[in-house]
Amino acid sequence: MLSRRVFLKNGAFAFVSLGFAPSFMARTAVAASGRSKQLIAIFQRGAVDGLSVVVPHGESDYYRARPSIAIPRPNAGENAAIDLDGFFGFNPRLQPLEPLWDSRQLAIVHACGSPDSTRSHFDAQDYMESATPGVKSTSDGWLNRYLQTRHAEPATPFRAVALTSQLPRMLQGTAPALAVSQLAQFGIRAGQSSDTVGASFEAEYAAAADHVLNGTGREAFSAIKMLKTADPSKYGPANGADYPRGPFGQALRQIAQLTKANVGLEIAFADVGGWDTHVNQGAGQGQLATRLDDFSRSIAALVADLGDRMADTVVLTMSEFGRAVNENGGRGTDHGHGNAMMVIGGAVRGGRVYGTWPGLSVEKRYEGRDLAVTTDFRDVFGEIVTRHLGLANTRAIFPGYASSPAKYPGLFP
Amino acid sequence: MKRFLALPVAIVAVSLSAATLPKDDRTIVHVLSRTGFGPWPGDVEKVRAMGLQRYLDEQLHPERIPDAAMAPRLAQLTTVTLDSRQIAEQYELPQLEARRQRKLQGKDDPVPGDGKPPDAMQQRANSVMVELAEQKLLRAIYSERQLQEVLTDFWFNHFNVDARKGRDRFLLTAYERETIRPRVLGTFRDLLGATAKSPAMLFYLDNWMSADPNGPHLAATRNVARPFQGRVGGPAASAPEALRRASPELGGFAPERRRERPALRKNGLNENYGRELMELHTLGVDGGYTQNDVTEVARALTGWTIDNPRQGGGFRFDPRIHDTGQKVVLGHVIKAGGGESDGEQVLDILAKHPSTATFIATKLTRRFVSDTPPPALVERVAARFRDTGGDLREVMRTILTSPEFLSPGAYRAKVKTPFEFVATALRATGADVQDARPLVRELQQLGMPLYQCQPPTGYKDTGDAWVNTGALVSRMNLALRLASGQVRGTLVDNSIELRLGGEVSETTRATIAKATDAQTMMALTLGAPEFQRR
Repeated sequence: MLSRRVFLKNGAFAFVSLGFAPSFMARTAVAASGRSKQLIAIFQRGAVDGLSVVVPHGESDYYRARPSIAIPRPNAGENAAIDLDGFFGFNPRLQPLEPLWDSRQLAIVHACGSPDSTRSHFDAQDYMESATPGVKSTSDGWLNRYLQTRHAEPATPFRAVALTSQLPRMLQGTAPALAVSQLAQFGIRAGQSSDTVGASFEAEYAAAADHVLNGTGREAFSAIKMLKTADPSKYGPANGADYPRGPFGQALRQIAQLTKANVGLEIAFADVGGWDTHVNQGAGQGQLATRLDDFSRSIAALVADLGDRMADTVVLTMSEFGRAVNENGGRGTDHGHGNAMMVIGGAVRGGRVYGTWPGLSVEKRYEGRDLAVTTDFRDVFGEIVTRHLGLANTRAIFPGYASSPAKYPGLFP
Repeated sequence: MKRFLALPVAIVAVSLSAATLPKDDRTIVHVLSRTGFGPWPGDVEKVRAMGLQRYLDEQLHPERIPDAAMAPRLAQLTTVTLDSRQIAEQYELPQLEARRQRKLQGKDDPVPGDGKPPDAMQQRANSVMVELAEQKLLRAIYSERQLQEVLTDFWFNHFNVDARKGRDRFLLTAYERETIRPRVLGTFRDLLGATAKSPAMLFYLDNWMSADPNGPHLAATRNVARPFQGRVGGPAASAPEALRRASPELGGFAPERRRERPALRKNGLNENYGRELMELHTLGVDGGYTQNDVTEVARALTGWTIDNPRQGGGFRFDPRIHDTGQKVVLGHVIKAGGGESDGEQVLDILAKHPSTATFIATKLTRRFVSDTPPPALVERVAARFRDTGGDLREVMRTILTSPEFLSPGAYRAKVKTPFEFVATALRATGADVQDARPLVRELQQLGMPLYQCQPPTGYKDTGDAWVNTGALVSRMNLALRLASGQVRGTLVDNSIELRLGGEVSETTRATIAKATDAQTMMALTLGAPEFQRR
């Protein structure tokens, strides 16, 4: 953690000596000195086919249901599944994540999802982000409720950051959260007069009677100042991390960048689309495989780049629902139900597939067609919030849900 | 007594007549900002002179508004007037041929979003979509038919199709120009039917390849009347060689070529369109349908497909893949053997359903009045929708003459979307846009790439989706670049003294006044919190 100390010495101290240590610098110092935990949430929008990601190669029903798009059993060539535990296997394009499984930093929760039966992307994403399945009137996202419940002492404008151009539902709510797609572009850019023009805009927004724009404006200018101090423009990934050049890889690269800038990042968010494979899904090669390749290489790069910091970090992947067990008439898959989530971190009890496997025979399926849900996604979220982020009571985060450690998958010791 | 008194008030409250329409400038700015993309310099004076009533009447009949200045603005955009077949021949087929060559050479297909710069062929294929986006911006800025453009934006978004899904990038030009824009003030049923039969929608939500799992019914070709038979296979004779050889990258299901095959490939039912048709286009997600209705609707719509998809063909009903059995949709029985009319019956049922009236009324009032439209207004608009058989002009008239629309509470109640921000900024500054491509790119930065909204839901129409720190900073920066002429191809008129109109904070006023040059004054106006609302 050399970088943190160097930052404190050279950064904060320099400000103090000049006599105007801004309040956000003090916050940063505190944020850096504590043992801060971090959660990186990744949303696969469009409903990834979990049965092609974490493949139940031990089930003959899987192969019967998918004559043209099943991932072949392990050891059946280069496009075959990578065996994990004799029953489940990775899609071959998840090979970059295999070392994390082997070193027990990566856990899988399969047959996981929502108790709500919706097969609408919009609704299911909404429910997963609000964490109130079936209730649409929930005004805020569950990660925002976490931020509200757990007052950071003191908060920084970078406590919760989405590397997206729009703030995701999951982070919407009364607690401040930042959406920024390009860190390097963040700031008022008016050449030599950037500071004066920035100050003018800041004054306008500070005076706005409009609460929404007033509050958001304050957050914006606070964040600009902080980022300027941290200067993430001089960034090189560590440990040979090689991020794919696509938007997802670049989003994760910037999460690592912000993390190492010690600006108090606690909750990070990125999303990635292209999973709605109704037609020509492919198997070990093809449409889905191409997306998974980018996906797994991006995450592998992030984990490598964060290095030792993974001890305090959890990466969580999710997608609104899984896809139907049977392939459809277009060699794709239609909207389904249960799905697989990945939980990666130094403290995670990895190398295991969690959850009860319901089986894929027709009578075991949800509504006769989909992978049944045996783990409510809120139990995965809940375990991470309590055992990783350290919040004792999750009642406010999952309203109306009888959350209980007894239902947690057991991802953490 | 109270009840007796309330009655006349209620009648007055339903709509405002010409005599009761407010005449003040603030109201005029409000109307121009909702029925259009804000005032162009001189517009407030113009509307003040003609009166709001006449202005609204005019806007509700766009065909009566001369719009001659539009044509030269669009003259450079060669693809926006082409029909789908021309676009397919000139833009899509060359790209398919190039892709085929790559495959022959053992190269991978380029992956969208992989960060690599597009090659010349990709750029040419993309130009169709880019020109369409330029066109949208230019119309929003310069068209006199402002309400028609606002409604085209609204209804496109309602019946959203993402240009990035396969060949849809080649279909959206005709989709917007022929399916959406001419119908935005017609009847809802007509608009719904047109989208249902548009190749863009048939492709986007996969209905074109949805088939009876028990099919194909080869006998049907002889026994069922085929109104579109004349078109089948027609252009195939003249199709370039590339077309016939191109490997179908999506689905591989090309109805126009199936007779060449010994047996039809077995496809199955695809529920994608059936579901979104009810959830997003008509009833709304709480509109009272079940998973069973989704399946039944999908069955009824089997056979609704695209004629010669790779040559820009239109709708075709293919009886061979149609499920001929009886369907029950929302309790209505659709008799067996209805063929193409099954789908028409489904659309009739959905268009007439009361949930549809309420859903459309909610969405329109959310767009035109506020993020949380008053329930009484929603109900009145829904009633008008039901009473007029979904006459969208009358529905709009009800909204635009409602006291709720003209109430102080509605003033600046809406946060501008990035598209609205850019269009209103350029109108306010009397901008001369010679090249709209840089503006198209700006919208990408602002988080609203035109024609590229991935989910079928379309972009959100509420402020929470657009107000966040990153987006605000981007808007301020764009204001700065616009004012200082740094956006290539766009010249704003710095001599215009921008008026924010209505309530402006003392600080904003003073901050702008303190600026030493016209450019900074303009930037501080366009980037001000007051300008982010409409």
